[in-house]
Amino acid sequence: MHDTAQQLIETVTCAHRDKQSLSIHGSGSKSFLRLQDQGKPLSTLQHSGIVAYEPTELVLTVRAGTTIAEAESVLRKNGQMLAFEPPEFNGGTIGGAIASGLSGPRRPWVGAARDFVLGTRIINGKGEDLRLGGQVMKNVAGYDISRLMTGAYGVLGVILEVSIKVLPQPETEVTRVFELSVEKAIRHASELSGVANPISATCWHQNKLMIRLSGTETGVKQASRILGGEPIQDADNFWLSIRNHTHTFFQQGSFWRLSVPPASPHILHDSSEQLIDWGGSQRWLKTEESPENITQKALSAGGYAEQWHAADRANLRHPLQKNIMQIHKKIKQAFDPEYIFNPGTFYNYL
Amino acid sequence: MPSEHLKSLLSRLSRHLDKSQLLTSDEALAPYECDGLSAYRQRPLLVALPDTIEQIQATLRTCYDMDIPVVTRGAGTGLSGGALPCKDGVVLSLAKFNKILDIDTQNRTARVQPGVRNLAITEAATPYGLYYAPDPSSQIACSIGGNVAENAGGIHCLKYGLTVHNILSIELLTIDGEPLSVGTQALDHPGFDLLALLTGSEGMLGVIIEITVKLLPKPEIARVLMASFDGVERAGDAVAAIIGSGIIPGGLEMMDNPAIRAAEDFVHAGYPVDASAILLCELDGTASEVEGQIKTVRHVLAENGATEVRIAGDEQERMAFWAGRKAAFPAVGRLAPDYYCMDGTIPRKHLGRVLKHIDKLSREYGLPVANVFHAGDGNLHPLILYDANQQGQLRLAEKLGAQILELCVAVGGTITGEHGVGMEKIDQMCVQFQATELAQFHAVKDAFDPKRLLNPGKAVPELHRCAELGAMHVHHGQLPHPEIERF
Repeated sequence: MHDTAQQLIETVTCAHRDKQSLSIHGSGSKSFLRLQDQGKPLSTLQHSGIVAYEPTELVLTVRAGTTIAEAESVLRKNGQMLAFEPPEFNGGTIGGAIASGLSGPRRPWVGAARDFVLGTRIINGKGEDLRLGGQVMKNVAGYDISRLMTGAYGVLGVILEVSIKVLPQPETEVTRVFELSVEKAIRHASELSGVANPISATCWHQNKLMIRLSGTETGVKQASRILGGEPIQDADNFWLSIRNHTHTFFQQGSFWRLSVPPASPHILHDSSEQLIDWGGSQRWLKTEESPENITQKALSAGGYAEQWHAADRANLRHPLQKNIMQIHKKIKQAFDPEYIFNPGTFYNYL
Repeated sequence: MPSEHLKSLLSRLSRHLDKSQLLTSDEALAPYECDGLSAYRQRPLLVALPDTIEQIQATLRTCYDMDIPVVTRGAGTGLSGGALPCKDGVVLSLAKFNKILDIDTQNRTARVQPGVRNLAITEAATPYGLYYAPDPSSQIACSIGGNVAENAGGIHCLKYGLTVHNILSIELLTIDGEPLSVGTQALDHPGFDLLALLTGSEGMLGVIIEITVKLLPKPEIARVLMASFDGVERAGDAVAAIIGSGIIPGGLEMMDNPAIRAAEDFVHAGYPVDASAILLCELDGTASEVEGQIKTVRHVLAENGATEVRIAGDEQERMAFWAGRKAAFPAVGRLAPDYYCMDGTIPRKHLGRVLKHIDKLSREYGLPVANVFHAGDGNLHPLILYDANQQGQLRLAEKLGAQILELCVAVGGTITGEHGVGMEKIDQMCVQFQATELAQFHAVKDAFDPKRLLNPGKAVPELHRCAELGAMHVHHGQLPHPEIERF
């Protein structure tokens, strides 16, 4: 539990004055998602601890350096959770979870990291200490800069604190498994998502479709009876392995992440290995196809593609349209006029 | 503006729009002089009613060239004066863009034009067992474009989220008429979260011309419980206890006694008129899920001092319970010639204190206040009753409203939960934010609209305006409500 906000503000103020680039780091668990890593290291790891938490308000305010594990352990004691299941990878922090904006298996049913961010305290590129958003569920005063910070990879500001909406843990969870081809699995998951039922995660890999149900004891039992399939052992660890990429699929080499509309038909028909979660919306592919082809296919499906863990990181970001790129540059200048934060980390022009 | 200037504007616009699409006569302009906040009125220079995207672009380009302010307008139901015209500006009405372009039942999305009514989306999706979740009270009339601009909420947003949680992409025109596609048809998009930045930006950053919204499967069943309490604080405690028990209800609404009486008189919903407060708690999901939750909530309500708990026996009774709540504003409107609706959000634990303080202020000002409350998410709607025909009462109501909002900020809340800042709460922004934070908002505005022509004067106050107000807010070096702890 440390409050190092003043030191961080001083460092940024000096860096602004000296036009010194800063590389903002938490635990470093997601550094493989940085396009480049330049500048003097600025660690938020020491700036940690719970600032405020009242379970019945459903709001947790934490300092950026707090680990996801620590935040979750406090929530668990009160029967609550970070519903967007942020990947921890290796010791990830809340600051990193918000800066990367990543979300786990529950995302399509409850929302993403950005959906749970209620407010932030940030340092902008001029060293100003700003409190934006709030600690309440609904707040439309001022532009939604807290959500803009989510997934911006630190290029707009140093996140000092975040207020996050939390949710009760479901009373019970059950996972059922089905033997299905990829085409049938996509269709099945999509059909199930179109009617009311307590699904909270799906994952297809090697002809097995896993479906997790969450809710009340009676509700889940009933849904599970209707759904059919077989029960699986150790389901919690299975979903953790999807969330944290410890599943064998993610263990070797590079792979593509495609974010597409859930019912998009099977995208690649070569010998590629595939893992599909988010009810069909997130598709992880290992394929020999050219980056141009994959990108094009994701685009024509209405989504986009990015390649993780490739040595050259050349396709780590989906390129932005020219006019969107222009507005990104202007927003960058509005927050960080000297371009001191994480230069080249998100896109090489930011 | 000199008539020469208007002439030149008209002559340029009439190259792209028909005469019937350009309103300038006093009579034609009158319906546009205010939005849902009718206490604020201003006639614009001109109203443009384009019916093609090219016409919107031409209007924007012309105004951009001539440095003429543009106020975009949807259905005009907003409650914060966000669509209040500028005297020397153009009102850009998107009312003609009222088509649902596509419903994708497999991916559960709808692509719509900005002028489509909120409820029309759900009506169009109903045959497929789907619906659009955000349901502001004005959903029968308000437009989806306005919902996005204000990040509209509604009764079910504790569980199903606000507008920002329920849209996938928008097509936007910037002030110079250039198109910008934000978002994808998937769940997220590369780059900054511009979708979140633009949602709730109150028409300050661009003009929304198309939206793709998410549709949700209709819950199998919805049941509603109504609990009576002999104190508002007890009702507040019961809300905390329901949430503490691990249940997120589909809707959780509270009304105080004046609001209960008004609603009962108006729609005969069967409300207990002697109760100090009632809670309406809707549980939705699968039948077996809801059955279990009803048991739990019933138990929690009894434990927390509910004097009576009723469960709507059938769909008709459920609709009647909600009809009272949904009609609360017009019902309260019958108690006095005018009412002024506030929109603060507070941490729920302060509800008792805040309501007591509002009651004290209400007596000080001599203006009655009825309270309806999105209790689950802490969004409070005090309705201040006044008579605009009595000299000074509007001003008094505004002052009382301002004090209520400052109270919300003082307990750690916000001046607006879902109605937006608009023109109405511009001064309270100076209370909620520091100068550096307001300057950051202006910098964001300048990234999109450097000439500051879109909806000027709204949403974010100029710093000098706050400086001038400073004397009012900081009295003898003390902030308002010094007795309240700040965090």
